[in-house]
Amino acid sequence: MDLFYLAISATFVNNILLAQYLGNCPFLGVSKKLETAMGMAAAIVFVTILASIFTWSVFTYVLQPYDLEFLKTLTFILIIASLVQLVEIILKKKSKALYNALGVYLALITTNCAVMGVALLIAKKEMAFFEMLIFSSCSAVGYGLALILFAGIRVRLQISAVPQSMQGTAIALVTAGIMALAFMGFQGMAS
Amino acid sequence: MIAPVLLLVGIAFVAAIILGIAARVFYVKEDPRIEAVADLLPGANCGGCGMAGCSASAEAMVKGKLPVNACVVGGTETAEAIGTFLGYDVTGAEPSLACATCDGGYRAARKYNYSGLQDCRAALQLYHGFIRCENGCLGLGSCFKACHFSAITMNPESGLPVFNPDRCVGCGSCVAACPKGIINLVGETTKILHWNQYTQCLSPCRQRCPAQINIPKYLAHARKGEYAAALLTVKANNPLAVATGRVCPELCATECRRQTQDDPLAINAVKRFVSDWERESGKRLQVPIAADTGKRIAIVGGGPSGLSAAYYLARLGHQVEIFEQMPKLGGMPLYGIPDYRLSEEQYGWDIDGVLELGVKAHTGVTLGKDITITSLKAVGFDAVYLAIGCWHGRLLPFEGKELTGIYSGIDYLRRFHTDEDLISGKRFVIIGAGNVAMDCARSALRAGAEDVLLIFRFSRDLMEANAHEITDAENEGVRMRCLVSPVRFVGEDGRLTGIEVEEVTLKQNPGGMPDVFPVEGSKVVLDCDVVIQAVGQAANLDAIVQSDGIEKTRFSTIEAKEETLETNIPGVFAGGDCFTGPRLLVEAVAGGRYAARSIHYYVTEGTIPPIEDRQREMMPPALVDSLVNVSPISTSAIKPIITMEERMSTFREVEGTITEQQCIAEASRCLNCGIYCYDQDELPSSQTRTTTSCPNEPHIAEKKKTTPAA
Repeated sequence: MDLFYLAISATFVNNILLAQYLGNCPFLGVSKKLETAMGMAAAIVFVTILASIFTWSVFTYVLQPYDLEFLKTLTFILIIASLVQLVEIILKKKSKALYNALGVYLALITTNCAVMGVALLIAKKEMAFFEMLIFSSCSAVGYGLALILFAGIRVRLQISAVPQSMQGTAIALVTAGIMALAFMGFQGMAS
Repeated sequence: MIAPVLLLVGIAFVAAIILGIAARVFYVKEDPRIEAVADLLPGANCGGCGMAGCSASAEAMVKGKLPVNACVVGGTETAEAIGTFLGYDVTGAEPSLACATCDGGYRAARKYNYSGLQDCRAALQLYHGFIRCENGCLGLGSCFKACHFSAITMNPESGLPVFNPDRCVGCGSCVAACPKGIINLVGETTKILHWNQYTQCLSPCRQRCPAQINIPKYLAHARKGEYAAALLTVKANNPLAVATGRVCPELCATECRRQTQDDPLAINAVKRFVSDWERESGKRLQVPIAADTGKRIAIVGGGPSGLSAAYYLARLGHQVEIFEQMPKLGGMPLYGIPDYRLSEEQYGWDIDGVLELGVKAHTGVTLGKDITITSLKAVGFDAVYLAIGCWHGRLLPFEGKELTGIYSGIDYLRRFHTDEDLISGKRFVIIGAGNVAMDCARSALRAGAEDVLLIFRFSRDLMEANAHEITDAENEGVRMRCLVSPVRFVGEDGRLTGIEVEEVTLKQNPGGMPDVFPVEGSKVVLDCDVVIQAVGQAANLDAIVQSDGIEKTRFSTIEAKEETLETNIPGVFAGGDCFTGPRLLVEAVAGGRYAARSIHYYVTEGTIPPIEDRQREMMPPALVDSLVNVSPISTSAIKPIITMEERMSTFREVEGTITEQQCIAEASRCLNCGIYCYDQDELPSSQTRTTTSCPNEPHIAEKKKTTPAA
């Protein structure tokens, strides 16, 4: 049951995007079209889960035993950056279709703060393996959900009567704020 | 202090080793040129070219799937750098530019007053837009808002977008934004490969022209004095502007809306003026040529269809060679049309225009004798286009057909252009009433015949020749007898001395030519020493059927698919007269471009895509019976003609070219029609024609009743 609460919490209540405001750059950048938003969401889910597994392993089996937790930010950056590169190389060879679908977005999230944020939160809460797996995947799904919902709204915004001074990023940020308010409605469902 | 340093260095070291190994193990072999091209690109990863980032774009460019000038950010410099690296010549390449096909704007009929959100996509949601015309521009400027390069402005007068070709980069944002789909990216290749579709806004004249020339566009250029642009518009669909400008029967004018109240536009006279404007300047207008594709195409037959196919295939970047059986290029218009209508020198300007694109020509080479389709393919041609025309003049199988003095029409006309002796005589009888018969009759008079009689077995209204050819022939002194049918040829010592004919009566036959019944006892012998039979032409296919096994139809034409012009032999296409039977020059030109389209797709992609919604019939809404709010202006483009005295014994050109003033005045009469709408003028109410329905729907407008004469 705890794991279920954790999943709800990671997806909705503590949504990495709308409650914690991590990973705002692609949130505004690739949300103009529904297709690109979906591609980005898929890439985020893929990389976050993979990165969390590796950073969790390094944190649990290397940093903690040697009392080097204060180095976690630096090591995580190194690990995530190399990991994304490695995944890109392997995908290009092994699965051309997946590479073509995720290609552009993979490189974009090498230094995405949402991925980093998830890894750091896992380390901070000293989660067990299964908790880590649920938390990372649900956070990423929550990110993707928010991104796709947001893109859907922005597509409609393009044909709406927006006052001149509010067009573009301005109305996007306002919308993001209102979406965050809406997500506050999940508060209390889980901690 | 040592431990953190060791840890970080360790992780970095391990990561580096793993990445290094992975890069080797999972190495994907890529064309080294892709990386080089990627370096030449700006690296903005903007996606403006339509590819996912610059490396994908570089890959597509190397594979030839993306033109080297596709990069929006890099512009011409980048295109030239990449083009030089890949060995393309981009100097002649023209990028695709956006353009809208609607001319309606505010003049178009409205279904209702729309006051909602000022956006085309939103407006389209309400009863599919407020404009009655399906193709009409809504004029709310979604394309204007979508353009990142300020290349689109909205014209406040007409309510239509105006595209600035200098600023347009061909990114396609406006195309995606337009919900009506009337904005297209148009490059040279698109123009050549495009055929009319029912989904387009096509004026009646454009629908009727076999070559599908954009007539309103060239008339608009002509009336502004932009003769070069006008001629290039013509040449986008017809490379033989000088020849068609003289001999085309103007099918377009038969659909001109002007004729419902005054004269149809003299469209061809304007074309003739702009083509002569170039010819007389002596300086050829340059047309862009695509990058060399390395494909070789053989064209058999140097007539209008072959020349037209050669012209467009050369512009599409293919290497073209023409094989012609006669000593000179030009085909039937050169050998079959007399000099007083189209001279060799005039037609030569059109032919040179094709050859100057780099087309090679071999004359005096006959298919089936000197070359075969198999031998052409064996020497490396990727496709063969058969445009061999109809060079066999049919002869009537009557008694006495072996007598000296009986010739076919094309046999007679050909000799004016070859080294063979002319056929001379004193009294000529011409059988037939098509344009060839008129040409023979008028040529015979000029060549010194004392008497020329033209006989035709049907009534005068069934004569096939252009109306003004018939009257010209009569004015020049050709006698004509209709409802007279030949029976046999009469001769002495193997020489023709007369032809026996009999009068006939006709009985109407619904859905076909009338039945002919001879009148008893009306047989007479007409004295003559030459009979010219202009009773039909056919293609001579026996030699190629034998050598290459090409299939023919029962009408002795080449069997080919109507949609693609493919014959039963792969990579061999057929078009022009040898596929359709004897037709007009402009139809042969159209067939040549159609073949160029098929061949281009065949050699580059392997399959020929069908044309969706291809326009074949006139679109009913375009056919109107009256004009509203248009003041009548009769035509002033009457071609100057030389006197009867000047015509006889010379082959001097009969009709002249109109003057520049006449050209501009005539082009100004054009109503710039769409399917539904046309330019109306502000007339005082006493002069306008009243209508009981919407003024913009002329096809349902009722004609004002004329008061019967007192």
